[in-house]
Amino acid sequence: MAIDPTAFLPPPVVSAGPWAWMRRNLFTDWRQTALTLIVLYAVIRGVPPLLGWLFVDATWQGTRDDCVANGGACWAFVSARWGQFIYGFYPVEERWRVNVTFAVLAVSVVPLVLPMVRGKAWIIGFLLTLYPVLAFCLLYGGVLGLPVVETARWGGFMLTLVVAITGIVGSLPIGILLALGRRSDMPAIRTFCTLFIELFRAVPLITVLFMASVMLPLFLPSGFSLDKLLRALIGVAVFNGALMAEVVRGGLQAIPKGQYEAATAAGMGYWRMMGFVILPQALRLVIPGLVNTWVAIIKDTTLVLIIGLFDLLGIVQAGIADANWLSASVTKTGYVFAAMGFWILCFSLSRYSMYLERRLGLGASR
Amino acid sequence: MIAMRGVNKWFGQMRVLADINLTVAEGEKLVICGPSGSGKSTLIRCINQLEHHQMGDIVVNGVKVDAELKTLDLVRREIGMVFQSFNLYPHMTVLQNLMLAQIWVQGRKRRDAEKVARHYLDRVHIPEQADKFPAQLSGGQQQRVAIARALCTKPKILLFDEPTSALDPEMIKEVLDVMTELATEGMTMICVTHEMGFARNVANRVIFMDAGRIVEQGSPAEFFSNPQSDRAKLFLSQVRLN
Repeated sequence: MAIDPTAFLPPPVVSAGPWAWMRRNLFTDWRQTALTLIVLYAVIRGVPPLLGWLFVDATWQGTRDDCVANGGACWAFVSARWGQFIYGFYPVEERWRVNVTFAVLAVSVVPLVLPMVRGKAWIIGFLLTLYPVLAFCLLYGGVLGLPVVETARWGGFMLTLVVAITGIVGSLPIGILLALGRRSDMPAIRTFCTLFIELFRAVPLITVLFMASVMLPLFLPSGFSLDKLLRALIGVAVFNGALMAEVVRGGLQAIPKGQYEAATAAGMGYWRMMGFVILPQALRLVIPGLVNTWVAIIKDTTLVLIIGLFDLLGIVQAGIADANWLSASVTKTGYVFAAMGFWILCFSLSRYSMYLERRLGLGASR
Repeated sequence: MIAMRGVNKWFGQMRVLADINLTVAEGEKLVICGPSGSGKSTLIRCINQLEHHQMGDIVVNGVKVDAELKTLDLVRREIGMVFQSFNLYPHMTVLQNLMLAQIWVQGRKRRDAEKVARHYLDRVHIPEQADKFPAQLSGGQQQRVAIARALCTKPKILLFDEPTSALDPEMIKEVLDVMTELATEGMTMICVTHEMGFARNVANRVIFMDAGRIVEQGSPAEFFSNPQSDRAKLFLSQVRLN
């Protein structure tokens, strides 16, 4: 049999080289050319001044007067206030406790992100049970001879992380339970969950935080008081749990009836069916929605400012107002710094979720 | 092994099962056939209570089953089920699909469960697919995995709900071959199927249903050569006897 010579030809090369690429992608016709030129103009006008402000004219050391003289970003301000931005009003000699808390977290999270590590269930178990206790003991103190550091002294990036992480970790189980409850066959549970979700979804987070900090103590028995931060944490977790519930419910609705039937026919009860068959599939489907909510939680931590807690943005704002540093360049630098802090958190979460989606999607695609 | 007495079921106003009386002995192979919408699937789905009946009694292995039964999951563990659309768990490998119920329903050790799973994968002739995901298999292979999954919990009864209806013609044979092998080993089987060849060769008894009723039943020889009711005659004249 004769071999068809064309079977071994490589796919035809349309054109090669940077010039051909630019012709094809940037200067296809007059409209593309016009857009390319406009964007190019904006980049040329925008980027060099920005880089100049950020680096060339920036002041790395010195005082406000040096910053005003140089005209660029005032990194001197950030480095002078660095400790406060990260730890808030946490006592300097106790800051190692914060470092240890987050170092332990980082060390436990890294193996979770790597696909080849085994025994992830144990690490997750540690993070969800022992770690919160450990973190509380370290950060708050009062045990093992550690002096108590009142939560009123917590602040800055550390407080942002505490609120964001409890919000993220707390809202998912609350959301899952509410979503399951809303689809329950039992009318009492269904009604309760639906009302709960609709109530918290229809109210701004600020209202929830105000309620938690001002109204809640009125309903508690006298002599019994909850810490202000704790109340805020509960408020954030419950509010976002209600949002999360609707994301999870969307995933539950996408699971075919046959999956429920196969699990039921195998004799699995409700919780086993949900835990092993339905939820793993449903949560995988809604990763983009989950991460969306998580990113929103990180950004919403800034709202704790209104009940008198100083998160990263709050403490930066307080620093800007300091009479020793008051100037336009310090103000700009402060906000840029705070924005970068949030951007790093949110962007890394978003990248991780994309990676997770790709990896989990490998076998499950139908 | 299974006894149904005066079983009735309605979907809304529509009566989908009407006065069903049926007993199945251990080791019996039943084929249920009939036009679509005649209640065949609903009938076998009442046996493991995926559908709840509203009147009459169903007794499985000496236990009366209904929606109120607290130990329904215990009864279901004795009954394996194979579905038209396979219903494998898409997020798990073939091996994990086979091990899940063994470990979490029957409390078997992981190592034993894997041994059992590999044994039944051998039985359905696809031991080499153990680590693949369901989406990577052909329809016939998926259905054989589903049969192996149903067997792993060592059920006393196997229910088949149109197991070959979603398959390409060339894959039907490989699934029917596995089912025939099971039948020769003495498993109690109830199959809803349109495969009349399978019914003729394997079944002890053929049940013909129409409009929610059992219209006719008998040995395959009687049923195929000498159907009594007009409805069965019409049905048989219209299905291809292969």
